[in-house]
Amino acid sequence: MKGDESVIVRTVIRLMAPFIQIYGLYVIFHGGGGPGGGFQGGVILAASIILYVMAFGIEEGQAKLTEKINMIMRTTGLLIYSGIGALAILFGGKFLDYGAVPLPFIHHIPEVRAILIDGGVEVGVGITVMAVMVTLFYEFYPGGSIDD
Amino acid sequence: MLTTITNIISTIFIITGLFFVLVGTIGLLRFPDFYTRMHATGKCDTLGEGLMLVGLMVYQGFDLISVKMLFLVIFIFVANPVATHAIARRAYKVGLEAWRLEK
Repeated sequence: MKGDESVIVRTVIRLMAPFIQIYGLYVIFHGGGGPGGGFQGGVILAASIILYVMAFGIEEGQAKLTEKINMIMRTTGLLIYSGIGALAILFGGKFLDYGAVPLPFIHHIPEVRAILIDGGVEVGVGITVMAVMVTLFYEFYPGGSIDD
Repeated sequence: MLTTITNIISTIFIITGLFFVLVGTIGLLRFPDFYTRMHATGKCDTLGEGLMLVGLMVYQGFDLISVKMLFLVIFIFVANPVATHAIARRAYKVGLEAWRLEK
């Protein structure tokens, strides 16, 4: 099914999609010190892709974000998240116990630790949520087919 | 003194925005069919929310939060009319009949 939205919608979506993605990144990295976080930012990032596909059709959308890259991102985000969680176990803490991970030089500053470790977890969650949302949309889009 | 002037200006903006939102809501409730309701809400919501956010910006003064509100105003002014256009165009393509006065 080809996207048959008007020129106005297509132009505005093409203009707005980068700003939506920047806002999604802002929400992801803002999660340490305010409202936001990996899940919400990932959903906003996925919304930009979904908007693009709704205006331009599934072929153009999958040319931008192919199913193969999508699958790689799904698993990579999960790997980052659980890898950082397992790193804490490796250093003798509990799962996702950030305090157990020793960082060189900046060990005593809690903010830096929160940004580095919690930021890594949030990025992993964001990548996974974005890829899963886009996959769900591809699956349910009429005429779209998944072959993996 | 300056605070009083700022408060008065922002109150004027917010009340004007509230007026537009009120008119849009009355139109949404009272108009007979889809297209006329869309006509009422599409424009009034854009202008009403924009004016209310401008009033809040004046109240806040110039800092990071008011700059974020400025981005919000720009975003609403771009996105809201386009969404209205997309919905109305889709309804027309699907074949929704416009309302006519019955004789």
